[in-house]
Amino acid sequence: MLAHGSGGKLAHELVESSFLKALANPLLAKLDDSAVFNFSGRLAFTTDSYVVSPIFFPGGDIGKLAVCGTVNDLAMSGAKPLYLSLSFIIEEGLPQGELSQVVDSIQKAAQEAGVEIVTGDTKVVHRGSADKLFINTAGVGIIPEGVDISGNNARSGDKVILSGAIGDHGIAVLSRREGLSFSTQLESDCAPLGGLVADMLAASSNIHSLRDPTRGGLATTLNELAKQSRVSIRIEEEKVLVRDEVLAACEMLGFDPLYVANEGKLVAIVPPEDTDKVLKVMRENHYGKEAAIIGEVRAEHPGRVVMKTCLGSSRIIDMLVGDILPRIC
Amino acid sequence: MRFIQEFRSSELAKGLISRIHQKSKTQARFMEFCGGHTVTIFRYGIRQVLPKTLEMLSGPGCPVCVTANVDLDKAIALAQIPDVIITTFGDMLKVPGSHSSLQEVNASGADIRMVYSTMDALNLAEENPTKSVVFIGIGFETTAPIIAASILQAEERRIRNYYILSMHKLCPPVIRAILESGEVKLHGLICPGHVSAIIGSHPWEFIARDYGISCVISGFEPIDVLQCVDMLVAQIESGQSKVEIAYRRGVHPEGNQQALKLMKQVFEPCPAQWRGIGEVPDSSLKLKKEYQHFDAELAFDIDPGPTYEPVGCICGDILRGVKTPLDCSLFGKDCTPQYPIGPCMVSSEGSCSAYYLYGEGFEG
Repeated sequence: MLAHGSGGKLAHELVESSFLKALANPLLAKLDDSAVFNFSGRLAFTTDSYVVSPIFFPGGDIGKLAVCGTVNDLAMSGAKPLYLSLSFIIEEGLPQGELSQVVDSIQKAAQEAGVEIVTGDTKVVHRGSADKLFINTAGVGIIPEGVDISGNNARSGDKVILSGAIGDHGIAVLSRREGLSFSTQLESDCAPLGGLVADMLAASSNIHSLRDPTRGGLATTLNELAKQSRVSIRIEEEKVLVRDEVLAACEMLGFDPLYVANEGKLVAIVPPEDTDKVLKVMRENHYGKEAAIIGEVRAEHPGRVVMKTCLGSSRIIDMLVGDILPRIC
Repeated sequence: MRFIQEFRSSELAKGLISRIHQKSKTQARFMEFCGGHTVTIFRYGIRQVLPKTLEMLSGPGCPVCVTANVDLDKAIALAQIPDVIITTFGDMLKVPGSHSSLQEVNASGADIRMVYSTMDALNLAEENPTKSVVFIGIGFETTAPIIAASILQAEERRIRNYYILSMHKLCPPVIRAILESGEVKLHGLICPGHVSAIIGSHPWEFIARDYGISCVISGFEPIDVLQCVDMLVAQIESGQSKVEIAYRRGVHPEGNQQALKLMKQVFEPCPAQWRGIGEVPDSSLKLKKEYQHFDAELAFDIDPGPTYEPVGCICGDILRGVKTPLDCSLFGKDCTPQYPIGPCMVSSEGSCSAYYLYGEGFEG
């Protein structure tokens, strides 16, 4: 068990025993106040804090999420993710074993993503001041020459590609939440997407926008893109892949899968002439094998997202407001 | 059979839609009673694909929406009593009462837990013997049996710190009240699916018999609703009014006998206040005498203070089917899902929320 305020020695031991060994690399091993490295080119820099509850869920844990989330934010700018920082805020009483498990999955995720953890920090706070474990990661990556990806770049006529099924992460996490647990075979889709994006950029340097539909789901991401680029987006319900397990859980809870979080999916806005080649390389990648064109960008009604339903009618897809709450009946 | 995708098939939908267009000759007005149906109708744009002969109205079938402020205020006042843990279904949290909402009093320190089952609330009571756990008993005939079951369990497990605040509503009496008022002229009623799974089809027969209104019990997928509309049109065109079940996979004519038995054992009918409709006799459930020690209203001194209704909000008229959200001057301007004023905008099954989220009346 980790206790608060035991001073420098214990913290030092924690860093030595848990982190340095698992995350070993020359930059981190120096233990200087800052990681120092050389860079040339255009830099992408991002940060995110992870407070998921429960910290372990089917298909991942808070550690894997903290690496993948930040790696994916870098990748969505077209950057090749390189280095991450890692800060822990630990509630006293967290079993050492659980922390080790988290560090272990951080190591595995970082290895898969091809990034190094080069600096970090650990704080242990009083019981009740945090919920088990909070993690912040920041990351930097290099944007290749000629790549210009932004939520502003969607143009009328572009195609909208979705890399796979939606809602897996949100439902997997919810299935383990206190007071709501239900059994499902479903696992979180939590995955680092740097490799997938690299393959896509190799196929086309003219990808206009990339975004990972995390909190707020696909609906919120499409709305952000439509508003930022001042275009409308039309998607087709039948093209959006939702697994049976997700559909069933959403029916039970009264959720719309379009608003449920993903942690290993991306939306790409691609000019029509490059769509086929981008789709081809996506489908050859493990994390994009179910990729499909789900709709297109149009000029009229800027900021609006419309979905053609399975009945052939249309409806507006709005942003998520607040949290989604389970319904009564 | 997976019971979801089959009922969203575009092929089946096309067939049903063209059949309805061919069959429907007479101008007719249908009301979907249930908020679940309202959501399906808007989410799949069903109004857009129906012929001009058919007018669709949304009814009062959203348990959150029809809960009167006076009852909401009681729940909120209960939450502020020391050592009380409020347990509730998620939808209730955001609904504004006269002065506040459960979510707001939660943020200022009241202990409010969202649960998915009454059994979770019961377990919470067992784990917290020094606290009083109150379950907010809201919902129609669908949720009443599980609350009755929790009362019997509490009795069996000798849990003495578990209470319910009964705000149940019964569907057939309120439909009678709406039809008796004569405000809305209906030709067909899309009867609730899950309520009917409990009570069966017989309790709706008075609507067909006494008011000459065609009734079809529907499921909640788009194909279910289209099939239901098709059956209603068939009744109208052949001059019939009877109760039919389109939702065969969920509803038996006799209902769920076990659930009905539980309800009858624990509850008895009593009058209730409905938002926008007023007091309706025998439209709620209260605990029978032998179970009154579980009644939160008797166990606690609840002082909800004076009741206020939001100025300008027409949720009451919308619930009676007299007006639509588009008639409300607050809709989409002062009242949005982010900053809701009336309950029909808060609840995921409310008409205002459905109109707003799915863009009813939008062009393009």
